[in-house]
Amino acid sequence: MSITEVEFQAAAAESAPEQAIEGRSQWQLTWRRLRHDKMAIASVITIVVIAGLAILAPAFAALTGHAAVQQYPNTGLSPAGLPVAPGKSGFLLGTDELGRDVFVRILYGARISLFVGLSTTLMATVAGVALGLISGYFGGWVDGVLARCIDAVLAFPFVVLALALAARFGPSLPIVIGVITFFSWAGVSRIVRGQTLSLKEKEYIEAARSLGAGPWRIMFVHIMPNLLGPVLVLATLLIPNAIVFEATLSYLGLGIQPPTASWGNILAGAQSYYQVAWWYLVFPAAALLITTLAFNLLGDGVRDALDPRTERIFAGQRRKKRRGKAASAAAAAGTAEG
Amino acid sequence: MTGLPPGAPGATASQMPADPDVGADVLLQVDNLVKYFPIKSGGIMSRHVGDVKAVDGVSLSLRRGQTLGLVGETGCGKSTLARCIAGLLPITSGKVTFEDKDITNLSRRAMQPFRREIQMIFQDPYGSLNPRLRVGSIIGEPFIIHRTATGSERKRAVQELMQRVGLNPEHYNRFPAEFSGGQRQRIGVARALALRPKLIICDEPVSALDVSIQAQILNLLADLQDDFGLTYLFIAHDLEVVRHVSNEVMVMYLGKAAELGPKDDVYERSHHPYTRALLSAAPAADPESAAARQRIILSGEVPSPINPPAGCRFHPRCPRAQDICGQEIPPLEVKAGDPPAHLTACHFPVPAGEDLVGAVRAQGRRPR
Repeated sequence: MSITEVEFQAAAAESAPEQAIEGRSQWQLTWRRLRHDKMAIASVITIVVIAGLAILAPAFAALTGHAAVQQYPNTGLSPAGLPVAPGKSGFLLGTDELGRDVFVRILYGARISLFVGLSTTLMATVAGVALGLISGYFGGWVDGVLARCIDAVLAFPFVVLALALAARFGPSLPIVIGVITFFSWAGVSRIVRGQTLSLKEKEYIEAARSLGAGPWRIMFVHIMPNLLGPVLVLATLLIPNAIVFEATLSYLGLGIQPPTASWGNILAGAQSYYQVAWWYLVFPAAALLITTLAFNLLGDGVRDALDPRTERIFAGQRRKKRRGKAASAAAAAGTAEG
Repeated sequence: MTGLPPGAPGATASQMPADPDVGADVLLQVDNLVKYFPIKSGGIMSRHVGDVKAVDGVSLSLRRGQTLGLVGETGCGKSTLARCIAGLLPITSGKVTFEDKDITNLSRRAMQPFRREIQMIFQDPYGSLNPRLRVGSIIGEPFIIHRTATGSERKRAVQELMQRVGLNPEHYNRFPAEFSGGQRQRIGVARALALRPKLIICDEPVSALDVSIQAQILNLLADLQDDFGLTYLFIAHDLEVVRHVSNEVMVMYLGKAAELGPKDDVYERSHHPYTRALLSAAPAADPESAAARQRIILSGEVPSPINPPAGCRFHPRCPRAQDICGQEIPPLEVKAGDPPAHLTACHFPVPAGEDLVGAVRAQGRRPR
């Protein structure tokens, strides 16, 4: 039986077309599902637009003719010394109390926010994945030490640490990035550790060991690809957290210092003037809200796309609704006929 | 072996106890292998509260080109024994010798050359292939780990292997999820074959497959054995499968060998009551013979391997048990009238040609 099958398979192989048959990877399937998620695609477009505005901030600043830290006391302030409203004197989103262009400052603030959000997420994810893998795979005392570290970080009051560091070293961008990274890796690590604990019992890990694969190869070639899905979702959701975190620190005066623009310190300045200049508060707050919302919705979309079951649940609901409608229509038709 | 760490270069055949079985053609020798899994109480100050005695003193020897079938019910220690031999689990005590070299509890690095000689085929064709790797990477992994082929050479070697096990080499870039169970098991076979091993440990390679697919995989394994001179340690709980593939058969019960011998001896002239019960429980394809034979239904459950019965481990369930069975462990020995290769561990072996059920009736005890 096997002989004939081998021959059959061999014959099939010979007659097969020349091009290699490429299997669809998990990522390709995920992307196909994500493409049909309107909310996720809208989020992606929003993020791309915001990123484009941030990257091209100097160009837009040149278009308006205003610099981010330049004060324009003649055009940017009313004769009474109050901020200028949006659209007046060439200030698209108005000015702040020093006569600076709010639009340009928001653009430069976006650079800080996105840079902090992406860099801290990248570092926290790399550190979290590596430490989680090591903790889960090796177990024993390594796991004990790392697990306690994770608990300690998660239990630590972040404002206290940020205050202490700002007091000791002075507030600066590296300190902000360091603090946010320090408080972000533990969550990733805990998820990765849990996944590793279950994945390392799989038979294919045993198969790799029987081939002579070492612990690092098993961790990074065999286990890591299997937990990239949850990590990707987590990382997408870490970005908005980090952006809000940075805004919080800057708002409290522990992060980016004026005159450098950051959404947090713009909002801090706005709180004394919003009654006379609503645009000073509303536009930076809206920028923060839209950005974090877009990342959060994208994270949800990625999670749904990675887990086909959630899609099926929604599809089922949709089907049910449709069927319900069809049934009621049929019933209506039936009564009409009767 | 005193003073020598296990696996030291000096620990070779010259220091092994003289054993008549150790000849030039013995590929694998296992002496009194014991594997206990410690049970620890929870908490920070964990105490050692007991052991799961998964394998408790099993010896076997496997000659080149032969197939040893290992049968027994779930939990009897078959798979643990296989993993100990393959070096995937550290051994509590005992000795594993491969080609006259002691490979007991070698470090990962020291074990590496033997990984090329001893390979495993796993039970679950779904669980044993990493779902995120393409087939080419799965079968090519041994070449990467042992640095035996790179680049296009590796791809060609992988495609040759795929062809050899009956897979379409064009499917090189597919993922395991795109194959059927039988095809996946062929991938597992190709991976095990990649390093041209001498010994392949098949841990229930067909029990997760359809009967028709089972036959294909078994035939493939038989063809490969002929072509490459492979030696198999074949684990299964399907007695007919074991009978089909094996030269010798070992029956295990609760971590110990009950009976060991040439296939036909064990199947036709078994002495151990457990072997008889096991054989009688196997489903028969022919309904007439199935109706004619008597099934021996054992009473009770398999005892816990944490606290196995004293003496013969089978005695609480054995219809022939007497007082001595609960006190003395029966040695694995040749019984009267048997060839020297046929060993039975029983104080009161069932004589050849006699029916276990009849013998029990004659004793006035009824098997339930």
